Order: sequence, then C-alpha cells, then structure tokens
Amino acid sequence: MSSAFAIEVNELRKTYGKEQLVAVDDVSFHVNKGELFGLIGPDGAGKTSIFRMLTTLLLPEKGTAKIDGYDVVADYKQIRKTIGYMPGRFSLYPDLTIEENLRFFATVFGTTIAQNYHLIEDIYVQIQPFKNRRAGKLSGGMKQKLALCCALIHKPTVLFLDEPTTGVDPVSRKEFWEMLKRLKAQDITILVSTPYMDEATLCDRIALIQNGKILSINTPQNMIQQYPEQLYAIKADQMYELIKALRKYPEVMDCYAFGEYAHVSFNGSFEDNKLKTYLKAEGLTQIEIKPVPPTIEDYFIKLLKN
Amino acid sequence: MEQFINFVKKEFAHVWRDKKTLLILFGMPVIQILIFGFALTNEVKNSEIIVMDQAKDQASQQISSRIAASRYFDIQNSVMNNKQMEAAFKKGKIKMAIVFPAGFNEALLHQRKAQIQILADASDPNTASMLTNYVSSIIQDYQNSIDKAAAIPYLIVPEVRMLYNPQLKGAHNFVPGVMALVLMLVCVMMTAISIVKEKETGTMEILLVSPFSPLLVILSKAVPYLFLSLINVASILLLSVYVLDLPVNGSVALLFVESTLFIITCLSLGIFISVKTDSQQMAMLISLMGMFLPTVLFSGFMFPIENMPYPLQLISNLVPAKWFYLIVKSIMIKGLGFSAIWKETLILGGITLGLLVVSLKSFKIRLA
Repeated sequence: MSSAFAIEVNELRKTYGKEQLVAVDDVSFHVNKGELFGLIGPDGAGKTSIFRMLTTLLLPEKGTAKIDGYDVVADYKQIRKTIGYMPGRFSLYPDLTIEENLRFFATVFGTTIAQNYHLIEDIYVQIQPFKNRRAGKLSGGMKQKLALCCALIHKPTVLFLDEPTTGVDPVSRKEFWEMLKRLKAQDITILVSTPYMDEATLCDRIALIQNGKILSINTPQNMIQQYPEQLYAIKADQMYELIKALRKYPEVMDCYAFGEYAHVSFNGSFEDNKLKTYLKAEGLTQIEIKPVPPTIEDYFIKLLKN
Repeated sequence: MEQFINFVKKEFAHVWRDKKTLLILFGMPVIQILIFGFALTNEVKNSEIIVMDQAKDQASQQISSRIAASRYFDIQNSVMNNKQMEAAFKKGKIKMAIVFPAGFNEALLHQRKAQIQILADASDPNTASMLTNYVSSIIQDYQNSIDKAAAIPYLIVPEVRMLYNPQLKGAHNFVPGVMALVLMLVCVMMTAISIVKEKETGTMEILLVSPFSPLLVILSKAVPYLFLSLINVASILLLSVYVLDLPVNGSVALLFVESTLFIITCLSLGIFISVKTDSQQMAMLISLMGMFLPTVLFSGFMFPIENMPYPLQLISNLVPAKWFYLIVKSIMIKGLGFSAIWKETLILGGITLGLLVVSLKSFKIRLA
C-alpha cells in the first residue's frame, strides 16, 4: 500500500468519560513524507490523545487516520511494525542499563543494535560512556537521548515524539532538535508535539492546537508573515502598572506580557513620543519602546483572541 | 522465539535487581513456616463419624446413642466393613470411627472391664485430638452412670489410634496451607504488580506499539514467577523435612506437578488483576483482599470448612487454594497417589483454564 502522505488525519474525534469531555475535536491534517511536523499547543490541548490514536493505542470515536496508507484501526498490526514512538513521560526500564534497554527494544522489534547503528550513532555516542549505568540514574537529557535511540533502533518510517523536550534543560533541548534535523535527512517522517513555542520555528510545518481544535496549519515562516500588525516591545520599571496604563491608551489594540517586555499592537498610526509622554504622565520611568518581529507565540495569542 | 527468550531474560533482570522484594519473596515462606508452628485451635462441630457396633448389645447401644446426641458428632451410615472404613477415611468422608468389639456388654458385666477402639484422622491434628477427647469424656460419663448402681467399679478403656499422623504433629496441617498461601502471594501479587508497573511507567505503551504480541508480553512476565514459586515449593518442602521432621509420604514429583498447576492458576489470577487495574497500589490491594483473605479463610487450613454455614461452604468451593490444600494434604500426609486426587486436580484444572481464558481474553491490545 502506498500513499502520498506519511500521515493522513480526517476529522478525528475523541471524547472521554461520561461527561463526554472533548479531547480531540474533529481534527484533520496531513504530514508529507520526510517532513518534520509539529503539533504546538499548551498542556491539555489534546496532543497526547492525537498521538495515541495515531500510534494505534486509542480508538478514535469518529474519523479516520492513516499512517503510510495503513488505517490506524483496521491495519494496526502493520502500523506497529513500522512506526517509532516515544511517549511523553520517560518510559524505559529504570532498572536496566542503557545498553540493556537498547538491546531489549531492538529484539522486541526483531532487529539488532548493529543492524541500524548508523541511525542512532550520532545520539548514542553521547551516552555510550555511561552504557552500563542504569537508566533510572540518568539525567533528563540523557534519558531523552536513550529513549530516542530506543524509538529509532528499528528504522521506523514515521517517528512519533510526544513532548520529547518537556523537562529537559535548554542545552539538551537544542541538541535534541539538531538530532531531529539529522534524522529528517535520513528520510524519516517525524511528528513531534511540544508546548514550547520557540521550538515551533524548527519544524517544517506546524499545527497550532488548543482545546482539541486545530487553529492553524502552516509553515512557521508563513505564520509569522501573516501576522497583520507591527508589534512593539515596551518596557518600563513597573510591568504591572505599564500594562494597566497601556490598556487604557485608546490606540492600543492588544497588549500582553511577553517575558520582560509587553508586546503591543496599535490601531492606525502610532507615535512614539506621544505614547512616551502618556506613560511618563502615568508615573512610569525607564521607558523603552522598540518595534519587534512577531513570533509564533504572538501569532498563537492572536488566534486565541479571535 | 528469540524475542520471547530475550523478554524473559529482561523479566528476570527486573526480579534480580529488586533486592528488597527478592528478600521478601524468599524469606516469606521460611518465616511463615516457622511462625505457623503455633497452629490455632478451633471448636469442632458436627464431625462425620461412623460407629461400628460389632456387639449390638445394651451397653454399646447406650453409648452410641449418647454419642449421637452430642452436637459434636454426626453419625454416618454405621454398616461398614474395615475396607470401606479405610476408604472413607482416605476420601475424608469421616473424621473418626468408633468400634465396639463383639461381646462388649458381656465383657463389661463379667470382667468389669471392656475396650472401645477409637480411630481418628489425624492429618488435621487439632480436630482429631479434640474429637477423641469428646468421645472419651462421653464414655467416661457412661461409665460413671453405671458405676453408681454397682458395688465393684466398671472400667471402659478407649483405645485411641491416630491415623496418618500418630504423633499429632501440628505441622502436618499447616505446611500445605502455607504452601498455598505463599504461592498465592508470590504469583498473584507479584505478577499483577509487575504487569501494572509497565502500565504505570508507560513502557506498556511502547511495548504495545511494537510488532511483539501483547500476549507474549504477558506470558514472558509469568515465566520468572513460575520459577521463583517452584523454588519456594522446594524450600518449603526442605524446611518441613529437615527442620520440622515431616516426611513427604507421597510422590514428590506428583507434588511438584500439582504445585505447577496451582501456580498457573495463581498466575492467571494475577494477570486478570493486572488487566483490570491501573496502579500498583490497586493491584496490591486487590491481590491481598481478594486473594490472600479467601485463601486464609476458605482453604480449610485455619478454619475447618465443615463448621461453616452452608452458603460459605459453597463459596469455599470457588477458592482454588482449597483444592490445592486438599491435594497437598493427600499427597504429603496421607501419601496418596494420583488416583485419590484426580477429582480435586480436575476441579483445579477447570478453574485454571477458566481464569486463563478470561484473563487473556480481557487483555487489551490498546490503552483503553
């Protein structure tokens, strides 16, 4: 069976419990072969439920999904042979060593470490010095690397990574994404989910998801370009007072805290000096105003407001 | 197959590396065997006995009717020959037999002295000694009542024989019981926990999303516990032979075969619990409440089943440990062969098959 898409999702729906809590609300998207596709959304957006339906762990209530042309319900056995899956929480055996974990998962998939070593080599060399250490005693970053090795050892055609960088330090996170790029070069399709907006730009295409609904699917660059207004970052000595003052200012359209700055967009024309004078009159000091390019997070906030 | 072997190896690694649990697993049978040396005593009611009255005279009938009037005894069909009596003992149909020799009254009147033979099934030593004591006191009563009218005292001598366990060793009774308990604990609880652990840590998710059959996941988990349990059976037997001085009267091989059957029963129960629960605590609680307690209460090893109200007796038939307990008692203490326990084995086998089918059928190939 062949298909143009590595992953094809059509109006997938999942509700939980007697209250019929909607976790995934008629979600549709597709992922091209060899693409690095990101599901970006906050906790509880429904990312894990989508992953579990695509990895044949949960039955969809409605809708269909295909992996490499195989249906997730009817052909689940076939799918289980070809995909790699790394669940959100650390799920390897803490009482087995790095090497034992890797060898175990290799045999489960009917292969050996040697056979596909080239796939994991880049990653494995980093944890190899500790190969006799038990997995439970590894740091968060090393655990993720080991889990990725285990998910890759059988050369999957599609790799599912559910929040692989949650709870991992920034340096390891960066390394991790570099590894994903190298895997992409090996023609492995990757579906990755993350709550971190800054990781979104590292994907080929992303889907922004909130409350089980997909808000937008596009390349990160296009999303940023689609942002309609010029954004300004404004800083003053008191953040809370600043935002209160800005919200009262008649020409301000949107205003929210963004790190140490407030991100602000305006209706119509904007005059730097006029605003500064106004803010000074409100009792604020050390005022700094500069235009900034929008980020995915700004785009996401904008989508949520509409 | 290589996958399966590898899987089993991994399971053994889990077991060996958890040193604390390992200590409990191997220490528990030893400690239980030693602690249960102080067996509990229980009142015995309505025990099935037979009276073989070869005298059929006034004295024998008066004593018989006094015994029949007692609430402790329930006299069964009295017309039996020696062979039938022996068979009834072995099947556990009767607990005691009272034999009046021919010319009992005659001897009592003319020689002022007569004998009664009392045979008791001492594989359950508490019950046996209690029953013989009751009978002896009834006979003593009768003797006193005829003494009042006589000038020279009469003497009725009860001659007691304890069958199967002449020294009334309490251990005879509890070794099979401890065996059932330990196997129940090790197999049911440990299997359930080890499978639920995979669910809890999320590794089950990865295993499900693999070409490996979910059924084999479960089976490979059961293998190490089968081995561990057989080691426990061996250690209990060694302890009872060399520390408690209790020989295994029947075939050791048969004992191991039956133990393996019971272990499989327990493993299927453990798998069933693991399928139905999601946390290790829950699995442990259900194993303890649902398995351990019924084993203690209904296997007949602490509390005689024949004393229970009828509905509870019916329930006890559903407890696999009861059948295993009967089997082990028959082999270890009575020294009986397979022909004597095929019925119990068949029932246990049936329960096992049922549990196995139900637990494997309810095993999910997905998360929910």
